[in-house]
Amino acid sequence: MSTEQPTWFTREHYLNASFGWRSWLLTTDHKRVALLYLMTITVFFFLGGAFATMIRLELLTPAGDLFQAETYNKLFSMHGIIMVFFFLIPSIPAVLGNFLVPMMIGARDLAFPKLNLLSWYLFVAGGVFVLWSIVAGGVDTGWTFYTPYSSMFSNTNVVLAILGIFIAGFSSILTGLNFIVTIHKMRAPGMTWFRLPLFIWAHYATAVIMVLGTPVIAITLALVALERVWGVGIFDPALGGDPLLFQHLFWFYSHPAVYIMILPGMGVVSELVTTHARKRIFGYSFVAFSSIAIAVISFLVWGHHMFVSGQSQFANLMFSLLSFLVAIPSAVKVFNWTATLYRGSISFSAPMLYAMGFIGLFTMGGLTGLFLAAIAVDIHVHDTYFVVAHFHYIMVGGTIMAYLGGIHNWWPKLTGRMYPETWARVAAVIVFAGFNLTFFPQFILGYLGMPRRYHAYAEEFQVLNVMSTAGASILALGYLLPFVYLIWSLKYGPEAGTNPWEAKGLEWQTLSPPPTENFEEMPEVSEAAYNYGSPSPSI
Amino acid sequence: MEQGFQLFPRQASTFATHVDRLYLFLTGISAFFSVLIFGVIIVFAIRYRRRPGHEAIQVEDAFSLEILWTAVPAFLTLGIFVWSSSLFLYQSIPPKGARDISVVGQRWMWKIQHSNGRREINELHVPSGQAVKLTLTSQDVIHSFYVPAFRMKQDAIPGQYRTLWFEATTPGEYHLFCAEYCGTNHSRMTGRIVVMSDVDYQSWLGGGMEHTPVETGKQLFTQFDCASCHESGERRRCPTLGGLYGTQVELESGQKVLFDESYVRESVLDPNAKVAKGFPAVMPSFRGQVSEEQMLDLIAYIKSLAPQQQRELVEGANR
Amino acid sequence: MEARAHQFEDAEQQQDAATLGMWVFLTTEVLFFGALLLGYSVYRRAFPSTFGEASRHLDIVLGTVNTAVLLCSSLTMAFGVYQAQQGNNRALVRYLLLTMFLGSLFLGIKFYEYYEKYSEGLLPGSAFVWHGSDTAHASIFFLFYFILTGMHALHMIVGVCLLLVLAIRGRLGRFSASYYTPLEMGGLYWHFVDIVWVFLFPLLYLVDRSS
Repeated sequence: MSTEQPTWFTREHYLNASFGWRSWLLTTDHKRVALLYLMTITVFFFLGGAFATMIRLELLTPAGDLFQAETYNKLFSMHGIIMVFFFLIPSIPAVLGNFLVPMMIGARDLAFPKLNLLSWYLFVAGGVFVLWSIVAGGVDTGWTFYTPYSSMFSNTNVVLAILGIFIAGFSSILTGLNFIVTIHKMRAPGMTWFRLPLFIWAHYATAVIMVLGTPVIAITLALVALERVWGVGIFDPALGGDPLLFQHLFWFYSHPAVYIMILPGMGVVSELVTTHARKRIFGYSFVAFSSIAIAVISFLVWGHHMFVSGQSQFANLMFSLLSFLVAIPSAVKVFNWTATLYRGSISFSAPMLYAMGFIGLFTMGGLTGLFLAAIAVDIHVHDTYFVVAHFHYIMVGGTIMAYLGGIHNWWPKLTGRMYPETWARVAAVIVFAGFNLTFFPQFILGYLGMPRRYHAYAEEFQVLNVMSTAGASILALGYLLPFVYLIWSLKYGPEAGTNPWEAKGLEWQTLSPPPTENFEEMPEVSEAAYNYGSPSPSI
Repeated sequence: MEQGFQLFPRQASTFATHVDRLYLFLTGISAFFSVLIFGVIIVFAIRYRRRPGHEAIQVEDAFSLEILWTAVPAFLTLGIFVWSSSLFLYQSIPPKGARDISVVGQRWMWKIQHSNGRREINELHVPSGQAVKLTLTSQDVIHSFYVPAFRMKQDAIPGQYRTLWFEATTPGEYHLFCAEYCGTNHSRMTGRIVVMSDVDYQSWLGGGMEHTPVETGKQLFTQFDCASCHESGERRRCPTLGGLYGTQVELESGQKVLFDESYVRESVLDPNAKVAKGFPAVMPSFRGQVSEEQMLDLIAYIKSLAPQQQRELVEGANR
Repeated sequence: MEARAHQFEDAEQQQDAATLGMWVFLTTEVLFFGALLLGYSVYRRAFPSTFGEASRHLDIVLGTVNTAVLLCSSLTMAFGVYQAQQGNNRALVRYLLLTMFLGSLFLGIKFYEYYEKYSEGLLPGSAFVWHGSDTAHASIFFLFYFILTGMHALHMIVGVCLLLVLAIRGRLGRFSASYYTPLEMGGLYWHFVDIVWVFLFPLLYLVDRSS
């Protein structure tokens, strides 16, 4: 350890520009807001993970012998609500997006910094209501709140949970609004649309979905709450309502929502692959347009969640066709990322390991989506562990790996410190191994016919369930390690320089950690994105 | 039923064989592309690993390659769509003459009634080699009738009727699961499907001593006093129902609706939502008085009414 | 003269950003009301006669008056923004106050209508009284009526408060011919809320009026 004071302490940057609670809780600096989000979603991640642990422990044995049925039903519901609304949807956009979008486009901040801070407060307020609903005894409707169970039969804290999600939805809308306006109006001189990093394209597409989809779930859940409170029957057939109307409205948002969860991860991977192979992205415009295509088509496929609900043959066929269509731009991205590695100079840093893991696991998850788009197969595997495995391959094998890869990649920029590389590589490998052991057996379980949300299951499913729980324990270790060593690195990590990866991108042309105004001199852009192989213009 | 560790479910319906073929094809191409992508990544990672003397070489984009790997997935997915859609169309249209069985899901059990009236709970006996058509509904929340061995599943939705058909192949016992979360004992809403040879099924069927749905429906028709209007001969007050099932009914508004199970159900619960043309809106609602099973019996009775029968009934009443 | 916020390069960028931001926000509102209108349309198509009967219980006179009031308020708002463009502060403030008055009048009439419905027993829930035949679906009509107009009224209340803030700032001389962006944004919001009513009125009040 060096005896001289590191420049982290002597130079002024966004972390030490001001001290005290108020400078953080009333900040309008997008970088500080990003860190506020980082801390909050980490809490939710571990809470959601705790629920997952309890689920997997129960599922070690076929009998429902660890928890009562009501408790188990609350566990999977809370796991879903927290992970979807309070971890996955904000994760990359609210942490990495908030931090990097202005920097990558050469701006001083987002268009509406106060709205950004408000979005964090709304997120926290929503979270408080959901935590309250947990403490008050939980919710047992599943994160999907299907009626009439949720509106007329459940005896749990449905309205509280809905209130939390409703409020958090506004956080999402404000984030999306901020990104759209920022990306349109605040690019540095010379930063044309086709010179933008693909991270920005991905976040732009995500923001469009956030802005268009979230209002629909807000009003839908509000109607469920009103139904519970007032005893009217919008969605309850006993009172003249239609339960399928709920499903249409719910999935109209919740399908695009899954693209809110994966698109930012794809944006991160485009950055990781280029940085750590020192290569220009292969097929820039194809990857950029694929993000937009995914966002558009994502709004047209919601009915594939309802193939066995009895909607018309015509509807089933249309949704099936469109669901196959939405797979194509994702495939295009996978091929382009892989091709980017060709003739690169590939470093096995933790970010690159996470990126490679993402590409492979997202491919597997995406391919299993084809099974689900095929109506004849979906009839068999709908509401089974096959679906559970499919979406965890994408959300965990995809999004969470991208998130961790991104956190590691930009950790030096966010904190000015380097994380311990060996530990990070070990953790990445543990995560990859644990993940596959947890979720691959679930594909087999699903095709065998094990339904999801089952507290007790048929005996012949036990061996695969035990494998899955074993994997989950390894995965948990893989997640705990970064939590420990990243915090450790804040104090003991070596100082990172301005650009430890020698990466292209405007965020790497300024100091680590950056000054509050991001750049000492506002940049002007004259080269294409990922212009590896050419010297960078000096700042 | 299933014993011990398995990796693949048994096939017990005609549909299962087809689905498995598609599934195996999908598994094959998934394995192919997964191995391809992982493989290429690993090969590149090793070949182009960072080491002194080996700089990255920037590569030009290749438009033709982009077209290739857009077109190949497009054709592949289109092909799978066509295959799966033809299977879906086969599965969604029950063949004529399929044996009718009604199923009502209720928290947390399955209540089944065969066409001769024999009832079961959480068990369904069916003959092999014959098409069986289930009419499904729910008494309370959404359930889902799922038989993995048949590769068949259909949601049972309160207030609505759904059909599911299959042709069982191999005699034996198979799991029945509820596959739509329905509350506390969702995972205990299970049962078994017992597939028997036709001969065994016929003798099993004759074993019950209950009234047929039509007989029960007729009793209910009298019990709820439907006959006082619908079989009274006062044709100006309400329509006689003989021979109406399956026909188009014209409403006051000029709209035409099909006189099917759903229309009967709606007429019993919300009689003035779709009043037939020329009749006053005077029928009372029976919401809360008729259970889903009773509804199915009433429907069976009304379905069985032929115009000839009705005329005789009415003339008999007027004598 | 408003200081340029630090994240913007110049006043033009700031104004552009504010305008785009407001349009994006209004788009989210379209989706919000749109989902409700979709739900309403589904039920109206399924039960046209019940919805027609229920709609005839709404006060067409008050509804029409309200429509006229709101359209006038959009006119006065537009005049207000025009005056701002000309730099006429006092006229601007007068038009803002007039718009606020008309908005409040709308809300007053609306709440009187609600009171009417309440005393007729048309509030959905356990107190719902219906003399027609299809009670369940009539109740659904009124549920949508109250939620749609209630959400609209909520947006109107927010709008009136916004106008108050703008009027105060106008009185304090914060706007000029070269800076009146918040007024334009307020105008956009107000016109949008007006347009929502233009959809709500025929869809709710004018169902099957001819029979």
